[in-house]
Amino acid sequence: MAKVAYYPGCALEGSGGPYDRSTRALVKSLGMEMETVHDWNCCGAMEVKNIHPMLQTYMSARVMAIASEQMGYDTVMAPCNGCYHNLKKAEYELATSSESLDTLQGLAKKSEDPVYKGDVRTVHLLEWLMEDLGADGIKQKISKSLNGIKVANYYGCMYTRPRQIFPEKDQGPGSESSYKPHFMDDLLGAAGAVNVDFPLKTACCGGAHTLSDADTSTQLVLNIIQAAEDAGAEVIATECPTCHSGLEMHQVRAETEFGIKTNVKILYFTQLLGLAMGLSARKLGVHENVSDSLDFLHAKGVV
Amino acid sequence: MAIHEKTLIDPSRLITSDTLVVDGVDVSGHWNTMILPRTLKEYDDGFEAHIKEYAGAENVHRCWQCGSCTNSCTMYAQNTDFNPRYWIYLTRLGLKDEILKDKDIIWQCVSCNKCTNICPKDVRPEGVMKALAHWIEAEGFGEKSNSTIFDEEFARQCIARGRIEDSEVMTNFYKNTNQDIKEMALNGWLGIFVARMNKWTELRNGNIWKFITRTPIMHSLHMGYSMFFKPKTKSWGHTGEVLSQYVKEQKELAHG
Repeated sequence: MAKVAYYPGCALEGSGGPYDRSTRALVKSLGMEMETVHDWNCCGAMEVKNIHPMLQTYMSARVMAIASEQMGYDTVMAPCNGCYHNLKKAEYELATSSESLDTLQGLAKKSEDPVYKGDVRTVHLLEWLMEDLGADGIKQKISKSLNGIKVANYYGCMYTRPRQIFPEKDQGPGSESSYKPHFMDDLLGAAGAVNVDFPLKTACCGGAHTLSDADTSTQLVLNIIQAAEDAGAEVIATECPTCHSGLEMHQVRAETEFGIKTNVKILYFTQLLGLAMGLSARKLGVHENVSDSLDFLHAKGVV
Repeated sequence: MAIHEKTLIDPSRLITSDTLVVDGVDVSGHWNTMILPRTLKEYDDGFEAHIKEYAGAENVHRCWQCGSCTNSCTMYAQNTDFNPRYWIYLTRLGLKDEILKDKDIIWQCVSCNKCTNICPKDVRPEGVMKALAHWIEAEGFGEKSNSTIFDEEFARQCIARGRIEDSEVMTNFYKNTNQDIKEMALNGWLGIFVARMNKWTELRNGNIWKFITRTPIMHSLHMGYSMFFKPKTKSWGHTGEVLSQYVKEQKELAHG
C-alpha cells in the first residue's frame, strides 16, 4: 500500500477535530500509512481566492511542495473538501498555465519556501481508501456491521466541482463520478449501511456564507436535511468539515430561530466506518459532534 | 445598440390610461397600457474590459448566453432575481446602471461552482460574480459586503500566521460587521449551539451521567488553547510579506 502525506488543514485542527481524530484512528485500524505534512499552512479555503487567486494557488502549492520536496511523497491526501479542491485547483492551474507556474516559482524563491515542480498529486481520503482497499477490502476488514443504518451520503460542492480540475473522475468503471459520486456509498454500503436514494448528494450547504449570509445557509441546509429525511435517512454522512459544521450549526439555527425541528443525525463518514472497524465511539469523537447520535447508535447496536 | 429585455418592461416605463383614443377609435380597456419607447445611451463601451481586470472575470467575453449558469445556480433557486446570465449579459453591454440595481444581492454567490462546472464556454461565472461584487465595492457603489469582510479577516490571518483559528475568525467577523456576539451567545442560537456541543443540555435535563460521559473535554480544551496560543506555521517566515506585496502590485497594475 502506498504511503501518503496527510494534509489535515485548519478546520481539522479546530472545529473539525472529530474528523481529524476519526481519520487517524480509521487509517491506523485499516493498516494504512500516512505522515502529516510538516508545518503545513492553510490552503486559503474559499476566502483567500477572493482577495487574489494567486494567493490561494501559492498557499496550496506550498503544501504540495513541502510534501514532495522536503518529505519525498508523490501523493498528498486531504480529507477536507475545501483543501482537496484548492490543491487540485492549484495543480490544474499550474499544469495548464506556464505563466502562473513562473509567477509561483518566483514567489517561492523570494519567500525561501520549497518550490513546487508539479510532481505531486492530491487525493481525497475517500479516493485513497477506494484506491488502496476498495469496497471489497473494507468488507473484509469490518468487525461490526452498521446494521442497516439508513444513510444519506452527502458529498458537497468542492469534491465534484468544477470537474475540469479532477482529471481522475468520470473515467469509466471504477472511477469516481463528478455527477453522481458513489465512493462514500460504496464504502459505507460495504460496512453494512443502507444507502438511501438521496437526490442532493452534491447540493450546496452555503458553507461559503455560513456566517456572512446565515439566512441563505440555513435555507440550503434545510433543503439537504429535509431531502435526506424524505428519503428515509436516519443519518447524513459527511466528508467535509465545512459541510459538517454548516449542517450542524444551521440545523440548530433552524430549530431555535425558525421552529423547524429535524431529527436526522450528522456524522463524519470516518466515524461510521470506524465504528464498523470496532473502534470506540469516544476514540472517533462521536461525542464531540453537536448532533448527538449516541442514543441512536446504541439503539441500533452499533456502539 | 441592442435592447435588453428586462428594463423594456420596467414598471417605471409603463403608462396606463383610463381612456385612450387612437386615430379617432376609442380603445380604452383593450390597449390602455403602453411601454415607453426609448434608445439606450447609458452604456459604457469599456466596461467589459474593465471588469476583466478583476481577478476571476478574465473569460467573461466568452459568454454566448446559453443560460446554463443561471439554470444550474444554487442562488437562483432561492431568488430568481439572482441571475448570473443576465449580469454577464449586462457586463458585456456595459450597462452598469442596470447591474447596480442588483448590487445588494450579487455578493450572495455561494461559490458552489455549479455554473463554472456546467458552462460550455469556460466563462467561469463564479469568478465573474466575485469580480462584479468587488467592482461595486471598489467604486464605492455599495457598502463592503459581509462576504468581503469575512474574506478579508480570513486572509489577514492566513497572511500573518499561515493558518487561521476558528474562533478568531468568528469573533472578528462579528466585530467587524457590528454584530453583538455576546448577545448571540447569551440569548441567540449561537449560545444554544455551544451548549449542545458541550452537552450542557444533558446537565440541564438532569442526565448527569450522560453529561459526564459525553462532554467533549479534550476537544473544548484544544479549541480553548488555540484561542490563546494561535495556530501558526513556523516556517511561514516572510512568505506573508512577499504575498502581500505581490497582491498589492497586481492590483495597482490592474486598477491604478
